[in-house]
Amino acid sequence: MSTPLEHDYIGLAETSSMERSSEKLSSSSSSSIPSIEDKTSKTANDTCLNLKETELRLGLPGSQSPERKLSLFGQDLETNDKSNGFAGSPLKNLVSGAKRGFSDAIDGSNGKWVFAMNGKSDVELAKGAALASPRVGLDSKTNSQQAKTSVSVMKEVVGVPQSPKPVQDKNNLVPPVNDHAIAPASKAQVVGWPPIRSFRKNSMASNLAKNSDEGAGCLYVKVSMDGAPYLRKVDLKTYNNYMEFSSALEKMFSCFTIGQCNSSGLPARDGLSESRLMDLLHGSEYVLTYEDKDGDWMLVGDVPWEMFTDSCRRLRIMKGSEAIGLAPRAMEKCKNQN
Amino acid sequence: MGSSELKRSKDSVESARWSSFPDEVLERVLSLLKSHRDRSSVSLVCKDWYNAERWSRTHVFIGNCYSVSPEIVARRFPRIRSVTLKGKPRFSDFNLVPENWGADIHAWLVVFAAKYPFLEELRLKRMAISDESLEFLAISFPNFKALSLLSCDGFSTNGLAAIATHCKNLTELDIQENGIDDKGGSWLSCFPESFTSLEVLNFANLTSDINFDALEKLVGRCKSMRVLKLNRSVSLEQLQRLLVSAPQLAELGTGSFSQELTIREYEELESTLSICKNMHTLSGLWDAKGIYLPALYPACSHLTFLNLSYAALQSVELAKLLAHCPRLKRLWVLDTVEDKGLEAVGLNCPLLEELRVFPADPFDDEIVHGVTEAGFVAVSFGCPRLHYVLYFCRQMTNAAVATIVQNCPDFTHFRLCIMNPGQPDYLTNEPMDEAFGAVVKTCTKLQRLSVSGLLTDLTFEYIGRYAKNLETLSVAFAGRSDWGMQCVLGGCPKLRKLEIRDCPFGNAALLSGLEKYESMRSLWMSACNVTMNGCRLLAREMPRLNVEVMKEDGSDESQADKVYVYRSIAGPRRDAPPSVLTL
Repeated sequence: MSTPLEHDYIGLAETSSMERSSEKLSSSSSSSIPSIEDKTSKTANDTCLNLKETELRLGLPGSQSPERKLSLFGQDLETNDKSNGFAGSPLKNLVSGAKRGFSDAIDGSNGKWVFAMNGKSDVELAKGAALASPRVGLDSKTNSQQAKTSVSVMKEVVGVPQSPKPVQDKNNLVPPVNDHAIAPASKAQVVGWPPIRSFRKNSMASNLAKNSDEGAGCLYVKVSMDGAPYLRKVDLKTYNNYMEFSSALEKMFSCFTIGQCNSSGLPARDGLSESRLMDLLHGSEYVLTYEDKDGDWMLVGDVPWEMFTDSCRRLRIMKGSEAIGLAPRAMEKCKNQN
Repeated sequence: MGSSELKRSKDSVESARWSSFPDEVLERVLSLLKSHRDRSSVSLVCKDWYNAERWSRTHVFIGNCYSVSPEIVARRFPRIRSVTLKGKPRFSDFNLVPENWGADIHAWLVVFAAKYPFLEELRLKRMAISDESLEFLAISFPNFKALSLLSCDGFSTNGLAAIATHCKNLTELDIQENGIDDKGGSWLSCFPESFTSLEVLNFANLTSDINFDALEKLVGRCKSMRVLKLNRSVSLEQLQRLLVSAPQLAELGTGSFSQELTIREYEELESTLSICKNMHTLSGLWDAKGIYLPALYPACSHLTFLNLSYAALQSVELAKLLAHCPRLKRLWVLDTVEDKGLEAVGLNCPLLEELRVFPADPFDDEIVHGVTEAGFVAVSFGCPRLHYVLYFCRQMTNAAVATIVQNCPDFTHFRLCIMNPGQPDYLTNEPMDEAFGAVVKTCTKLQRLSVSGLLTDLTFEYIGRYAKNLETLSVAFAGRSDWGMQCVLGGCPKLRKLEIRDCPFGNAALLSGLEKYESMRSLWMSACNVTMNGCRLLAREMPRLNVEVMKEDGSDESQADKVYVYRSIAGPRRDAPPSVLTL
C-alpha cells in the first residue's frame, strides 16, 4: 500500500487527487503499475477494470485529470497488457457524465476477465477466446448486493484532525472482502458518503448494464434479418465468442436464403462477425449489425465478446448495400465480389 | 369538569347526563382525531380521556420499534387497524449499520395476529422482513388491505407472491427502495383472476422482468387503480398499452423511457398520455431520451409532483418539459440538469414547494459538472414558496445561502450536502458557519436540518440558539470540540432526532444531554470520540435509555465506534446480534 493519505478537512481532496494523478501518470506508460482500483482490490490476481482509460470525456480546460485520455478507444490498450477495462459505458463523449454514473464502482461485479487486444485483427480476436467466459449480464441482486458491500467495506474514513483518534491507523485502505474492484476514480471513498440510498446508487450504475431482455442467467436478444418474414431470438449467454455465435446465426437463418451458405464456393470464414449468408438472387452480402444501449447501430465484431453481450440490445442482419458507413469493409467485399 | 364527576357519570347515567359526557360520546369525538400527536396530548388529560382515546384509536405510529414492545401496544390500544413502524437508524440507508442489526417485524406480526386479527394496513420503514413473515402476514389477516415497505430488507419476490396470492382485499402494494432479492417477475401473476381491488401498485424497486400479460390483465380489471409505478423492465410500448386501460391514474411511474419507437407508436403514446387528465404525479422515466419527452407534455398540465431523479436530463430538455408544468409543487431531478436547468425551474415553477437535486455521479469529483450555488439561488428567486430542499452540490458559499433563505424564509426542511467533506466556502475559504447561521436565524419554522461543509462550533451555537422548532439534525464531518454538540443539546427545545458521524465530539458532549435524550426519539453517534466508558456512564445514569454500541472489527477496545441511544419503555432489547452491545 502506498503511504497513508494525509487527512485534514481542506486538504484531503487535493492531497488524494494529486497522489492519484501521479499514480495515473505512471500507470499509463507502464503496464505493471496498478491503477488505484487495483490497490483496493483484494488479490493481485484480480484484474481490475480501469474504466477511465477507455472513456472519452470532455472537461473544462485545466480540469483534466491525467488519467483521462482523449485517445480513441482501443489504442491505449495495446500498450497495456494487463487489466484493460472496457467500460460497459458507451464510447462517446459524455459531457455530463451522467451515463457513467456509478459504473466505476459497480462494474467490478461484471466479473474479472482479460480482454484480447483491440488492435488485433478480427480473426485473431475470435480465436483469442482466451477470453475467460465471464458471467456477464448482471444478476441484479448480486449487483446491488455487491455494490452495497463494496461501499461498506471501504473503510477508509476521513480522519478528524482536531481530535486524533487511536484508530487513525485504520485509515489505510482496507481491501474489500469481495473479489471485485470497487473504488471508482481517484477519491478514497468514505463509507456511506455522500448519503445516497443503495437503490439510487445501483440504479444509476445499472444505467449502463441494462439490457432490455435480460433475465437471470440469460440474455435474449431479437435477431431480425432483412427480408425474412419473422424474427428470431437468441440467448447471447449460450455463446462464448463470435465464432460460435456467427455459426449459430448462420444455421438459424439459412432457411431464409436461397441455397446454402457458402454455396458460392467461397471458403467458410472462421471468425468473425459478418455472417456469410449469401443471397444468391441478389448477390449481395449480409452484414451483421447490432443496436447498442445508446440506440446506435454498430457493426458486430469490433469490441470484445463480453462487451458486445453487455451492450447488445438487438441484432439485425442487414443487406450489405444498406450498410453504408456502418460496415465499410462489407461494402468493399460487395464490390469485390459483384 | 372534574374527574370525580366523570366517575359518577359511569355509575349513574341519568343523573350525570346533563353534566358530563358518557364515554361513548367522548370516544366518538376523539375518534375524529387523526394526528397521533394530538392523540398523545389528549391521552394525558385524565384517566377517562386516556381510556377513551385508547379505545378510539385505529392507527398507531411507532417511530422506533424498540421504544415499545408489541405486547404493550396491544394492551393499550385494542382496536388498531393500521400500524406504521420504523426500525433501523436512518444511517442504515448508507450502510453504516451492520446487516443483522435487528428490527425484525416477525415478533410484531405474531402479536398482531392474536390481538388485531382485523388489521388492515401495515407500513414499515427500515425494518427487516422475511418471506416467511410476509406469508404469515398474508394468511393471518383476512381483511388486510395495504402493505407499504420502504427501505426494508430481508425479503424476496417470493414474499410478494404470497401477498398477491392470499390477500383477497388488497388495495395497496407499495414496494419502495428496499433491499429485495429479486427472483423474477412471476409474483405478479399470483393475483387471482377474481382479484380487482388494487388501487395502489408500486413495484418500481424491482429490476427483473415481470409477466406483462399478467400485469396488463391486472390493471385492466382493477378499475379503481389510481397509483401505478412500473419498474424499468416495462417498455414504452407496454406502457402505452397499460395506460389505455387505466386513463384514470392519478400517479404514474413509467418504466424505461427509451425504447426505439416508430412515428406511429410515438403518436399513440402521446395521445394516450393526453387522456390522463387526472395525473398529478409522474415518476420513473428511466433512461429517458430527450426526444420522447414531448409525448409527456399533454399529461403535465396538472402535474404537482415530477420525479426525474432517474432520468439524466440535460438543462435544455428539462427547461422544455417544465414549460408545460406550471402547477408543479414538488420536483426531483438529477444534477445533470446543471445550473441552467435550475434556472428554468425558477422561471417556470412559481408554485414550487419542494426541490430535490440528486448527484448523478457522486463519486467522481474530477469532472466539473453538477449543480452549484448559482442554481440554488436561481430557484430561490423564482420559487418563494420553497420550503423543502435536498441539494447535493460540490461547491457553496455563505453569501449564496444567505440570499436563498432571504428569498425563501419558510424553509421547514433544509438539507444541504456539499459532497466533499469539510469543504469551506469556495470563494472566501471560510467555514460555512454563516450559511447555516442564516438558515436558522431566518427560517423560524425549520424542522429538519442537514449540515455539511467546513463547520466550526459556531454553527452549532447558532443552531442551539435559534433553531427553536428543529426536530431532526444531521451532522457529518463538522465541529471543533464538545462545545458544538453541547450547544445543540442545550438549545433546540424540540429536538427529537440527532444523528452525528465523524465529528470531534466526545464523552463530555455525550453526557451533556442526559436529560435531553429522554425527550428525544434517538441519538446516533459514529466515528466520533466517544468511549465505552462514556457510554457506560450514560447507561448507568439513565436507566430508561437503551445505550447500544456497535463495535467494528479491529477497533480499539475502549472506543465506542457507533453509538445508538434511544428511549424505551420496553427495556433493553434481547435480539441484538453479537456486534451490538447493550450497556
